[in-house]
Amino acid sequence: MVHSSEHGGEAHVGTRMYVLIAAVLAVITAVEVMVFYIEALKPVLVPVLLTLSAAKFTLVVGFFMHLRFDARLFRALFIGPLIVAVAVMMAMFLLYGVFTA
Amino acid sequence: MSQTEAIATQMHSATGLPSRKILMWAFIGSECMLFGSLIITYMVYRGRSIVGPYPEDLLNIPFISVTTFVLLMSSLMMVLALGAVQRGDMKRGKMWLLATALLGSVFLAGQVYEFTHFVHEGLTLRTNLFGGSFFLLTGTHGAHVTVGVIWLLSLFFMATRGRLTRANAETVEIAGLYWHFVDVVWIVLFTLIYLLV
Repeated sequence: MVHSSEHGGEAHVGTRMYVLIAAVLAVITAVEVMVFYIEALKPVLVPVLLTLSAAKFTLVVGFFMHLRFDARLFRALFIGPLIVAVAVMMAMFLLYGVFTA
Repeated sequence: MSQTEAIATQMHSATGLPSRKILMWAFIGSECMLFGSLIITYMVYRGRSIVGPYPEDLLNIPFISVTTFVLLMSSLMMVLALGAVQRGDMKRGKMWLLATALLGSVFLAGQVYEFTHFVHEGLTLRTNLFGGSFFLLTGTHGAHVTVGVIWLLSLFFMATRGRLTRANAETVEIAGLYWHFVDVVWIVLFTLIYLLV
């Protein structure tokens, strides 16, 4: 349920959707912990956990922080530095062999 | 503060967007860089400690999963608080603000317990690379949560005294942005520190 808010014409998500998103976040967290304990998934642990973490990150930023519905400038102010931070992280992880050591 | 004064404080920039919200998003962008550098430090030092205790000796996944769940639910309380204040339902707004602050305090209590346990097990900032980078990263996050809890409690007391109304819902929205960002950082830290041991 997405409807218009009275504030600046921004679209906001309804209470039911917020509760649903929180439930999804809780389920993903439970799945992350389960995956951690399943020996058979050890070879794919890193990509699986990073994907699940990225899903939670996107849900909170997109819906709880309203970035999905907010002005482009806000998106640029957040996503710009985030891309720089992730790029630097990836470069340093590759340089120091973080996931291969 | 009267409603007229409150509206006057919600200044808009030349972009037509609220100045304070632009500032908060710019601050959050800079925080991405800060936490990015701390995460790099932790990950690069990971597995390079030459003396124990090591992460696998200390990290308690079930315990930290519960505190992670608590922090995630605090984000739900925060959006409910904002929604209530935007509707002018200050009774519920106050209740959800207090609930958010309480859940944040529970998370902090968990972190204090964890830190105390680690110190008793012999891990300090100076013990090894794991200790130094772990306490620096999670401690910086904990400091952010502490600031958030104080901020939320101050909003709760402002609302209790009638100084927080529907007219200045943007004040709650900005606090909410900060609080959700703190939650988002923990989502990343939980995976990188605790699950990718």
